[in-house]
Amino acid sequence: MKNTTKLHSKLLIAAVISMLLVACKSTPMKSAFPADDRALPAAADDRALPIAADDRALPDSSDIKGTVINGSTSSNMSELNDPDNILSKRNIYFDYNSDAIRVEFRPNIEAHAKFLQEHGAAKVMLQGNADERGTREYNLSLGQRRSVSVKKALNILGVSDSQIETVSYGEENASAYCSFNSDNCYQQDRRVEIVYPNE
Amino acid sequence: MHIFRLVIFLVVGLFSFAANAALDIEITGGGAQQTPIAVVPFSGNKSVKHDMEKIISDDLYRSGLFRSLNTQGMASWPTNVSEIKYAEWAALQAQAVVMGNITPLPGGQFKASYQLVDVFKQQLLAAGDETFKAKHVRLAAHKIADVVYEKLTGHPGTFASRIAYVKKLGARHYLYIADSDGYNPQALVNSSEPVISPAWSPDGSKMAYVSFEKKKPIVFVHTLKTGSRKIVANYKGNNSAPAWSPDGKKLAIVLTYGANSQIFTINATGGGLKRIARSRGIDTEPVFSPDGNWIYFTSDRGGRPQIYKIRATGGGRVSRVTFNGAYNASPRFSADGKMLTYIRNDGGQFKVAIQDLASGQVQLLSTGGQDESPSFSPNGRVVLYATKKGLRSSLASVSIDGRVRQSLSEARGDVRESAWGPMLK
Repeated sequence: MKNTTKLHSKLLIAAVISMLLVACKSTPMKSAFPADDRALPAAADDRALPIAADDRALPDSSDIKGTVINGSTSSNMSELNDPDNILSKRNIYFDYNSDAIRVEFRPNIEAHAKFLQEHGAAKVMLQGNADERGTREYNLSLGQRRSVSVKKALNILGVSDSQIETVSYGEENASAYCSFNSDNCYQQDRRVEIVYPNE
Repeated sequence: MHIFRLVIFLVVGLFSFAANAALDIEITGGGAQQTPIAVVPFSGNKSVKHDMEKIISDDLYRSGLFRSLNTQGMASWPTNVSEIKYAEWAALQAQAVVMGNITPLPGGQFKASYQLVDVFKQQLLAAGDETFKAKHVRLAAHKIADVVYEKLTGHPGTFASRIAYVKKLGARHYLYIADSDGYNPQALVNSSEPVISPAWSPDGSKMAYVSFEKKKPIVFVHTLKTGSRKIVANYKGNNSAPAWSPDGKKLAIVLTYGANSQIFTINATGGGLKRIARSRGIDTEPVFSPDGNWIYFTSDRGGRPQIYKIRATGGGRVSRVTFNGAYNASPRFSADGKMLTYIRNDGGQFKVAIQDLASGQVQLLSTGGQDESPSFSPNGRVVLYATKKGLRSSLASVSIDGRVRQSLSEARGDVRESAWGPMLK
């Protein structure tokens, strides 16, 4: 038996109204949707956001107040981004469910170790990633284990802990287009990205 | 425990033509027996600008346990039990009839009085009223539907509840809260960076979640009513997988202080960091048992991810909970603490499992693929989870007897990270 019911509500209208409410007390609004071009303070931490208190303009569930977050852009450090320089190669790839560093990525890690030792003020963020198979939180942990694996390799090459932070994006940056069990595609997602936050 | 009879239904195409649709809910499988029910138009609908009977009958229909009868051709529409002509409704083959009327109250409020009758016994089964502001008319209708559902099925209804989910549309990540029927979706977070692992506070007033807005996972607690957001865990490395203690005072979280993910508790307002478990492997996805005594979690300390439990105060013996299957993860409890739902890798397919904790009996409820983030409805009768069809992710739900299935998707964007919240007061 197969029945179908469609229950539609006015997402756009509700979203636009709430965005208008969010925006009207902070910055002028250029376009209602999508929200990319608006400039609310990014990462509003633990402050109550400046959101209009009048909820009568909203439909039923107007007892919910949201927030809009936009990322920041960054400048460049040429040595790190010169495509002819090995330092521009920022991805270390891994086998399925593994955090072992393959021999082929050794020169790459050595180059970043050298750079970090020569630039004592430079800091590096090692962002671990996993393919989409499995649960998000487990994959977050797996990506972390990969980033720690790269960190240990840098440590052995003499890079100080104070220059390194390890984090994981788990499967959040995984490609949406890997069909199930297509390992060539998944391979791209199983990686640690070497990121210089101040670039 | 019900005897498990998995009914496999063909996946229904979920393409929606409505550009402004929110969550589309589609029933892909119904109960074996559906009670025919007539919900008569409420008198006074115009005053609240909503057809309350439509909201009620849609709720009942979506449960998969009811067949809503068309009342348009009926000679009369009773608005209370004294007006009903039982023979007319017996002729329509209605087993039960819901009727009601709405009256305005001073101060802009309204009162919906309703009655539920058994047509064959010619008996009043339930009567009551809901007082509400106009903007809460849908909630009032859901509460009436909950009474009807409970009287006719013996289980509490869960229509007056909300769900949380994450939608990715283009480069934006939204954490939405919507009513259980998909209406009133509101973005709690609209971010350029990922948001995962929403967790409702036990009273439904707050949401803990993980946001990557500072280029790393950090745990926030967001108060729904005020919009105030507080960072409760921003330690070195990852901060993730928040889970509330039943009294709402603590959060179990996962930190990667050293190397591997390990489980800690903190105060729900931040601080008070305490280590709970210690392992050389990954420990993650903690969840408190409803009695508050235990934390269940996923760990690969035995080689592959399995579910374990430890005293919520930390330390002591860690014991294993799942024994079959090479990958069991993401445990969540039913509110009565009797059932656990989690994700099992069954031959390369990630499926929703439920386990009766007393007997240890396990049932696989979904046909699999890449199912994730299961959570029980407040009455423990349904599991909501995230699934993937082709390249698109959406939500799905299944009753614990495997019979009633729904698909919940948005017309655009990927929907995932579902979490069913507590009942609305």
